[in-house]
Amino acid sequence: MSAQALEALQAELGDKILSATSQHGDDTAQVAPADWAAAATFLRNQLAMDHFVDLTAVDWPERADGTRFDIRLSVRSSTTRARVHLKTQIPEASAVPTLCEVWAGANWAEREVWDMFGIRFEGHPDLRRILMYEEFEGHPLRKDYPIGRTQPLVPYRDADNIQKLDPFGPTEGQPFGRVQWQDRLEGNDQQVSPSIAHQSGQRPQINIEKATPLAATPEGKSPERKS
Amino acid sequence: MEALHEHIDEDKLELPSEPMRLNMGPSHPAMHGTIRMAMDLDGETIMNVDIQPGYLHRGFEKSCERGTWGQVFPYADRLNYVSPMLNNVGFALAAEKLAGLEVPERGQYYRVVLGELARMADHLTCNGAGAMELGAFTPFLWMLKAREWIWDVLEHETGARMTHSFGRVGGMAAPPTDRFVELVTDLLPQVMGVVDECAGLLLHNRIFLDRLHGIGKLSKARALEMGVTGPMLRSTGVESDVRKDNPYLVYDRLDFEIPVGHQGDNYDRFMVRLEEMRQSCSIIEQCLKQMPTDGPVSIDNPRVTMPEKRNVYTTIEATIAHFKLVMEGIKIAPGEAYGYTEAGNGELGFYLVSDGSGTPYRVRVRPPCWYNLQACREMIIGGMMADIIPTFGSVNMIGGECDR
Repeated sequence: MSAQALEALQAELGDKILSATSQHGDDTAQVAPADWAAAATFLRNQLAMDHFVDLTAVDWPERADGTRFDIRLSVRSSTTRARVHLKTQIPEASAVPTLCEVWAGANWAEREVWDMFGIRFEGHPDLRRILMYEEFEGHPLRKDYPIGRTQPLVPYRDADNIQKLDPFGPTEGQPFGRVQWQDRLEGNDQQVSPSIAHQSGQRPQINIEKATPLAATPEGKSPERKS
Repeated sequence: MEALHEHIDEDKLELPSEPMRLNMGPSHPAMHGTIRMAMDLDGETIMNVDIQPGYLHRGFEKSCERGTWGQVFPYADRLNYVSPMLNNVGFALAAEKLAGLEVPERGQYYRVVLGELARMADHLTCNGAGAMELGAFTPFLWMLKAREWIWDVLEHETGARMTHSFGRVGGMAAPPTDRFVELVTDLLPQVMGVVDECAGLLLHNRIFLDRLHGIGKLSKARALEMGVTGPMLRSTGVESDVRKDNPYLVYDRLDFEIPVGHQGDNYDRFMVRLEEMRQSCSIIEQCLKQMPTDGPVSIDNPRVTMPEKRNVYTTIEATIAHFKLVMEGIKIAPGEAYGYTEAGNGELGFYLVSDGSGTPYRVRVRPPCWYNLQACREMIIGGMMADIIPTFGSVNMIGGECDR
């Protein structure tokens, strides 16, 4: 039944179908990137492929003709139950038109392909990263992305009217962070969190009459607190 | 604080003129796994929502590209960790499709039985947790009790309760144990008893029904377009099940029905899952009758299946086969295949690309939850905030599978 769909696709698009295979029973038609949207629309409208199944990509960095990525669409018909796969090959830094207009389900799939492979989809309404975070560098499913690569620390995000504590500072992100004796004896430590001190408009009192620098303490003892 | 009735000039009361932005998740008891929803609220009505998955992303697909084909199984277990056996079998079937292998009949029946047990566990969890989130704690505990019984049987068969890693390319890790048929036969009436009890407890409860009826509706056409599959698609009235449409294993020899809903609301999803458990039960009963009592469950091919352990220590052929399979893995001819099965939440597809080495070139999982969750956005917009809980619960998003 799927083979019929493949034949219909060839009859309609003719030379635009670069190849048609049924390896392992998966009917796959390959088109040029320029015909990507047209072929998809034909599948949807004429062949009743109304069920979106999947859209994904494969990275082939060593391919001789410079077409680095395979993009592969899988759709299915809920009436005839036929399945067809559509494939196209694009070079790096190239883009294909989005299929969001054809099947709404392509939205997240294309966002994922963008996130993982860095393939742009022209006309996509909301091409944001979806699994990774905004600051992520690179596209992890590319073959030239090493699996052990570490990512830089994400810089502290500034938001209005939100008081956050620095997660790696002396407070460790907690308002009850550990006391930093060195800073405290020098009068730099606020002991309670900056945000709480700021809110209450006060700086906590430290009851030390004479602060001795830690380095100058004889025999390396910590200075005792006097009450 | 002054009493409220004093000094209130109603003209001066300010009502917010803009929608309120509210974050739900990623750490929220009802956001199974970790999902963040950024919502715009007008009062308690949801005006817009942005669903943000990815907090449980562990790089499944990337990790698969550096081991052997067999080493994917432990990862596959951790996709849908509520029904890991279905993922095991799903991946094994996809790899076998790519390699052109067919498992012996007994192995196929064995896979169906274990898979259907896992499906029952999956649906029990989903329906139970859904009820619990609406305040019905007893059915949740009862259903989890039944799930424990299922896991006891799976533990007896595979050695692990949850992450079995029991599938192999070309068969299963071990043949059924001697008590397999007996244990499953004893298990089924017990589990179905619990299912009926819970259904009786919930389906006459006005509070429970009011939270389900007509909430979180999804239309047939929209569900198809969004790529929704599984119980969620069937609840909209589309009679679609991979087990019927494209039968794999021995499903074409089994007699079972596809339950469908009417309008794709929470009630339909709940009922479809409930009925699917009964169908699974009937499938298992038929399988136990038809299953050959003797014979291998794995292909007898030293290039694919592991030799028996005692032979590894005593014969040179088995030692070599073992070494080659462990160190180099199964060599699958270059090519690509899309293998798909019906998992707990819908069509679980594995798009596999092989370059002829022992390592997968690309493993793409088509997670059913991914597309189900995408459609969830439209189901909750326009509804009340409190209705996110039953709606999101009935979508049955599994973080491990969705974010991979």
